[in-house]
Amino acid sequence: MSAVRPRRSRIADALAQVGACGLFLFQVLAAIPKSLRHFRETLRQIWFVGAMSLVIIMTCGLFVGMVLGLQLYYVLSIFGGTAALGTVVSLSLYRELGPVVTALLFAGRAGTSITAEIGLMRATDQLSAMEMMAVDPLAYVAAPRFLAGIVAMPLLACVFNALGIFGAHLVGVSWLGLDNGTFWSNMTSSVDVWKDVVNGVWKSTAFGAVVSLIAVFQGYTTPPTSEGVAYATTRTVVFSSIVVLALDFVMTAFLM
Amino acid sequence: MTEPRANAQTRTDDPALVQVRGLRTVLGGKTIFDGIDLDIPRGRITAIMGPSGTGKTTLLRHITGQLAPDAGEIRVDGINVPTLSRSALFDLRERIGFLFQNSALLTDFSVFENVAFPLRQHLKLPEEVVRNIVLTKLQAVGLRGAAELMPSELSGGMARRVALARAMIRDPMLILYDEPFVGLDPIALNQVLKLIRTLNDTLGITSVLVAHEFAAVARAADLVYLIAGGKVVARGTPDELQRDPSPWTKQFFGGEADGPVPFQYPTGDYAADLGFPPRATAGRAA
Repeated sequence: MSAVRPRRSRIADALAQVGACGLFLFQVLAAIPKSLRHFRETLRQIWFVGAMSLVIIMTCGLFVGMVLGLQLYYVLSIFGGTAALGTVVSLSLYRELGPVVTALLFAGRAGTSITAEIGLMRATDQLSAMEMMAVDPLAYVAAPRFLAGIVAMPLLACVFNALGIFGAHLVGVSWLGLDNGTFWSNMTSSVDVWKDVVNGVWKSTAFGAVVSLIAVFQGYTTPPTSEGVAYATTRTVVFSSIVVLALDFVMTAFLM
Repeated sequence: MTEPRANAQTRTDDPALVQVRGLRTVLGGKTIFDGIDLDIPRGRITAIMGPSGTGKTTLLRHITGQLAPDAGEIRVDGINVPTLSRSALFDLRERIGFLFQNSALLTDFSVFENVAFPLRQHLKLPEEVVRNIVLTKLQAVGLRGAAELMPSELSGGMARRVALARAMIRDPMLILYDEPFVGLDPIALNQVLKLIRTLNDTLGITSVLVAHEFAAVARAADLVYLIAGGKVVARGTPDELQRDPSPWTKQFFGGEADGPVPFQYPTGDYAADLGFPPRATAGRAA
């Protein structure tokens, strides 16, 4: 038997996965009312995927902001427009970089751990044990993690944006000598809360739903083997990254 | 043998709590069950025995509705399991305890919380009551002192006893034990046997044991089914099966390699596989 599978079969498999993920989404949504009985579990998951991701989000936010500050200061100085640094940095972060980079980091940090955790629960029969105890794993395991991703992602994106702006301020004002008042006043006068900030929050909420759905689905449907769990965690990062970037384009087109 | 007591959770008076009729299952192209019939009598301990890979665990998965059969009927307390909706299945499972082969303890929870899990999920009991019930069950399996340990700190035998305490925490009408004696030292095995017997005698719980250890099964079980080749090949009390002259029972209980159950997984000629010329009388794989 050939190790290389026919191309059509792979496409059919991929489409079947998308369909299965869609059906899984409906099952998780249907399990959400029941999952509210396990509200403490949802809070625990918000802490786990949110608070535990803060260090990486804050560190990356700071460095992304510093790099943005440095690059944009250089570009803007060519046109004599360094006063617009605060405006450009904040718009870039609120509208694009904050939600997208946070989602990609979230997929790597929290998505993989959700997939691995649920996959190992599957491999060690813990999900079957819950079913046998008449506890629905969709309500006790899947739905709380899905909700946690939706709640945590916008909050993490806000933290990312704040640290990014702080990083840009550090470089632009403290290091390169841009006027502090110019930096803040230009930013506050040109950033629209509804069009820029709230749209970014919508984006990150959608990304939170997508990434946590992919992570939970991959863990829930993984073959109960160590190789299966390893592949599932890899797929979580790969699929989440692709879907986040594609969805970002679609949402940007609609929210412009 | 005393008359079986009716467990408080049972709803019909049928003498068989579990009835399997014409069960047919094909998994991965292999026929696991080829139209088997069996009855699990109420309030008794029934052992399901058979060679490895014969479908004993699959039978338990059918009884609990984890796996749908290709054909046939499985009735538990009069309810046809394969036709149940998910919520009706969960209602039925609240009256069934299941001991998994690998214990399947929740790794994030302590021993105490693992045993308390079904109580906390389904009943709103005061913490003091939960504590007393859990400690009573842990005392019964000899692990009250291990209540605060995590599953990763337990040996395989201890984990199995914790899983047993969890399976019986709600005094179900039916407990299914998948390989309950594996990994137990002689002292723990003796205590678990006594516990299964006591639960059965005092609470009227119906028990189904899937096990290979005939010596242990003979001490606990009232009835034994021997399954092989997708069929029920023998049925009776442990004493009856020991005296049964059929080649199935003689091979299984005698532990012989030759008999109707092949020791080797079906394959080609051994000599040819090793690169030697095929033997003139090449028959079944040696």
